[in-house]
Amino acid sequence: MFGLNSKDTSLLLVVAVLTLLAPFILNPFPENSDLAQFNAGYPDLMQRFVIFGIFAIGFNILFGLTGYLSFGHAAFLGVGSYAAIWMMKLLTLNVIPAIFMGIVVAGLFALVVGFVSLRRSGIYFSILTLAFAQMSYALAYSVLTPITGGETGLQIKPIDRPLLSNLEPGEIGRANLFGIEMGNSYLLNVGGWQFTFNAGYYIAAVVMLIAFYISIRIFRSPFGMMLRAVKSNQNRLNYTGLNSKPYTLAAFVISGMYAGLAGGLMVAMDTQVGPERMFWTASGEVVLMAILGGVGTLIGPVLGAGMIKYMENILSKINDAILHQWFAFMPDGLENFKVAIIHPFIGKGWHLTLGIVFMLVVIFLPGGLVEGGQRIGRLFRRKKRKDKPSPDATPAE
Amino acid sequence: MGILEVKGVNKRFGGLQALGDVNLSVAENTVHAIIGPNGAGKSTLLNCLVGKLIPDTGSVMFDGQSVLGRKPHEINQMGISRVFQTPEIFGDLTVLENILIPCFGKRDGAFRMHAFEQVFHEKSLIEKAEAILEDVNMADKKDFHSASLSRGDKRRLEMAMCLVQEPKLLLLDEPTAGMARADTNNTIDLLKEIKSKRDITMCIIEHDMHVVFSLAERITVLAQGTPLVEDTPENIKGNPKVQEAYLGESQH
Ligand SMILES: Nc1ncnc2c1ncn2[C@@H]1O[C@H](COP(=O)(O)OP(=O)(O)OP(=O)(O)O)[C@@H](O)[C@H]1O
Ligand SMILES: [Mg+2]
Repeated sequence: MFGLNSKDTSLLLVVAVLTLLAPFILNPFPENSDLAQFNAGYPDLMQRFVIFGIFAIGFNILFGLTGYLSFGHAAFLGVGSYAAIWMMKLLTLNVIPAIFMGIVVAGLFALVVGFVSLRRSGIYFSILTLAFAQMSYALAYSVLTPITGGETGLQIKPIDRPLLSNLEPGEIGRANLFGIEMGNSYLLNVGGWQFTFNAGYYIAAVVMLIAFYISIRIFRSPFGMMLRAVKSNQNRLNYTGLNSKPYTLAAFVISGMYAGLAGGLMVAMDTQVGPERMFWTASGEVVLMAILGGVGTLIGPVLGAGMIKYMENILSKINDAILHQWFAFMPDGLENFKVAIIHPFIGKGWHLTLGIVFMLVVIFLPGGLVEGGQRIGRLFRRKKRKDKPSPDATPAE
Repeated sequence: MGILEVKGVNKRFGGLQALGDVNLSVAENTVHAIIGPNGAGKSTLLNCLVGKLIPDTGSVMFDGQSVLGRKPHEINQMGISRVFQTPEIFGDLTVLENILIPCFGKRDGAFRMHAFEQVFHEKSLIEKAEAILEDVNMADKKDFHSASLSRGDKRRLEMAMCLVQEPKLLLLDEPTAGMARADTNNTIDLLKEIKSKRDITMCIIEHDMHVVFSLAERITVLAQGTPLVEDTPENIKGNPKVQEAYLGESQH
């Protein structure tokens, strides 16, 4: 189906079902229960899941396929965001032109950055991309203040009168898709549970599914095969009559466009942007997402993005008071002891937890969460046909 | 005029004269062997032909055009394919994919943005790749990770990658090193068969004299970067200079 083989089709369908049912899946706990704080089914976070998923999918097209590790991809996200918000300020509050502009501008910027950075490989390539991103950040922060709003960034203000949107005098424009506002939500109460269906989330989710589909097509295309060949043995590729340069540059631009798409969507959701979006930590985060989920796998980056965003938003909300509540049934001494032990890993300390999880994954599951899943899958399959000897050839996946 | 004309090529590495005034003419549709002791400069000479190295002086003409200053992929697209001394394959890819890449390169040129087509839809190319794998007796291994192959299999895979391009000139740098005797003989038969089926010129570097004398129509002996003699296999066998420089020491 969709020009994919049956395995990829089922992967796409599973991802589609999970994304569309996310408001249920991410809210497994009743509203008033102690565990409700682990619910991730609120619009803001769900939007972030899919937007960073897009960012990571695109990053993986470059890093996962060609092996070129960019440390400056947040620059394209930021540039896409700035382009998108200007579209909304000047032209229309409809998100489509904004997102489109984000993709185009980020793609052009990636063409320039990629053209220069791809003259080198390995660590020098990474450093060049990092340098470009930090320069972009510095420019957005200071020199380009008239365009970027400097430190405070850009928001949609009451004085903004987009050309094509008919706003009442004094009305602040809100992002919409042909009249459907991104902030619109429908609440469904079932028993103790509350599920939120947010327009912005569903729009971003559909965009992510399209982006995911395109990435599957790229992975399975001759182009994708050439990119994997670049990673495997660039010399051989050149001596086989193929020019590796335009292939890597194309991959770089495509992943830059994905970043721009993510940036545009972010603006569509919260109608604001600041320079910190381009800071090097943001570039590093997408590297972590890809590695955590599984570099070069189709679904890995999405999982990695989800995991990191979940930890960032949920773990960081847990504080000592909540811990005391959990352990209240214990004797006081033990309770305080437990809270003291867990304290460094929650709230502001969530980075520590992320760091540990990251190290464990890199050491024990070099293929990321996807490899973890595959191992579990294999374990089950082995149990099923214990007495049947399995043909143990090593066909590649 | 041969299809390949090397004239006055010199190449120095620091103080070492790797190639000294090399002249070589390879006639079209022949198998030309280059032999010589270790370090004679045989691989260096091939490197100068495929754009891996640029000679300090001299000229290299292929099919009437200079190859000097061209990029490796351009030289390959002119019709020169090379099997390396240490197998150069795509280790992370499957055996079949390794063959498909040159197939795409041959059909679509050095670059094409075929990002939305699907590899598995390219039935005719896949058939072509499978046929060549059949020729090198590797059809049963087409889904293997090529990094997991034995050294001899890697060589045969690399040779298949070159053959599938149907090059005008095939450069083979010790194609049978690391192969079992049976595989070596299969390789000889394969190269003979390819040769009989279509127009192809081969330039082969070998230490295995059995391979050389089974295939070569002309032999150049290289010693310390300079061609010693160039002659037919029969004459080379009887040449005392060659015995001294090379054959004597390798016929253990
Ligand atoms: N890139 C290089 N830099 C420096 N020296 C080199 C380089 N390539 C080859 N050489 C030197 O040039 C000389 C010729 O090397 P070459 O590899 O061409 O020999 P060869 O005839 O292929 O030998 P073998 O039979 O062992 O493969 C050797 O002394 C080698 O050390
Ligand atoms: Mg050599």
